[in-house]
Amino acid sequence: MRFRFTQTAVDTDSARRELLDLGAGGYVSFEGWVRDHNEGQEVTRLEYEAFQELAVKEGERIVAEALRRFPVKHALCIHRIGTLALSDMAVWVGVSSVHRGEAFDACRFIIDEVKHRVPIWKKEYYRNGNSGWVNCERCTAAPLYDHAHAHAHDRDHDRDHDRDQDHDHDRDHEHEHRDEPAI
Amino acid sequence: MTHTSADPDPRAAAAPLYGLILAGGSSFRMHRDKAALRYRGKGQLERAFELASRYVSMVFVSVRADQTTDPMRAQHPMIVDSVAGEGPIVGIRSALAAYPHVAWMVLACDLPFLSDAVLSQLLRERNAAGLATAFRSAHDGLPEPLCAVWEPAAGPLLQSYQDEGGACPRKFLIRHAVPLLEPLDRHALDNVNTPEEYAQALTALDTPSFQGHRMQLKVQYYALMREQAGRSEETLETSAATPADLYGELIARYGFTLTREQLKVAVNSEFSEWSRPLAAGDAVVFIPPVAGG
Repeated sequence: MRFRFTQTAVDTDSARRELLDLGAGGYVSFEGWVRDHNEGQEVTRLEYEAFQELAVKEGERIVAEALRRFPVKHALCIHRIGTLALSDMAVWVGVSSVHRGEAFDACRFIIDEVKHRVPIWKKEYYRNGNSGWVNCERCTAAPLYDHAHAHAHDRDHDRDHDRDQDHDHDRDHEHEHRDEPAI
Repeated sequence: MTHTSADPDPRAAAAPLYGLILAGGSSFRMHRDKAALRYRGKGQLERAFELASRYVSMVFVSVRADQTTDPMRAQHPMIVDSVAGEGPIVGIRSALAAYPHVAWMVLACDLPFLSDAVLSQLLRERNAAGLATAFRSAHDGLPEPLCAVWEPAAGPLLQSYQDEGGACPRKFLIRHAVPLLEPLDRHALDNVNTPEEYAQALTALDTPSFQGHRMQLKVQYYALMREQAGRSEETLETSAATPADLYGELIARYGFTLTREQLKVAVNSEFSEWSRPLAAGDAVVFIPPVAGG
């Protein structure tokens, strides 16, 4: 399984070993961490839940797309579910390849697609005692998730533009836990 | 994987909608008052009235002048025929004349298979900017004028049509090329005109073969929807023909705050279109905006 869930901390050492390959000249990984703030609110913890039967299928499809699209050796994504504390790792992506460029590209592709396509939800708990489902509650007046757009995007297999700009509307409302890639 | 586009939103400028149950027919072929026929322990007029009341704020019964003292009809608000002529066009025109700024969800009272799924489709796909919204008959492909929404704009044109000698609302819809909805359930608008058809309808409604109209589905809820539904899954019996219909029913039950346009839907653990026909035993999951990573 190249996409899976874990209820406990991601074992990055063992995940990395799954990517080892004698022909690989490098490896890129990405870690998403729980941050202490979002949209001006102090965040104290997060809860993740997933529709796992579909999520693992869609996650597998994303990794398979990455392997088709970029000439890399191996790729793997592990997503945490359950209650997470600040600085806990919510998601891990690793890619090994002959050369570094495509490993960075594939890693970026996988995390971006996972965020937009896999049925995973997170609830933020705030210092002031409130809580809320990210992307569902604070802006229900205006649809946040543009499905037609997202799906046009799914089919756009040749894109090489910056997804952050492409999805600026989603991004405005998103809880971005990864300020700086851990690479 | 494709998705149906968001429904156009005609509500912004749409006329308010009332219900009109047509119960003025002479029931010649039935040899008795069709409005009084009983199905599942309830008179057909009552069934149609109750169903319509779930969707609109006011429902009236359309009657001829000589029916206003009939107790079954008189217990409801009535619109008495106020224009000359024969047939259902008179009832429709009388309603449009009585409330010229109101649109009418017109329902004949001889449709024993009418369901929530049919009415929710009709209202969801209502074209408030047109003359009417009607289904295409599954039997002859022609318009079904008596399970339809008639807009205020149709009033003057119906009058001209009648003045020119026309009497058939179905031909009126054909003449004006009103776009037709494809019914999700081809038997939902089967009507009952004869004692034989009544007997058949009773049999169909009261035997397990009617399970084609109602079926059991499993629904799972996640995240915000799980909290709003107060449960993570349930098995329910429904007449919803598609995930879109089912979501309409569940919004009414649980008051979900997410609109259908904000959701995706999965059937049997795979993304699905909203218009996919549902089958008994299907597992349906509505997918709120995702937030992984």
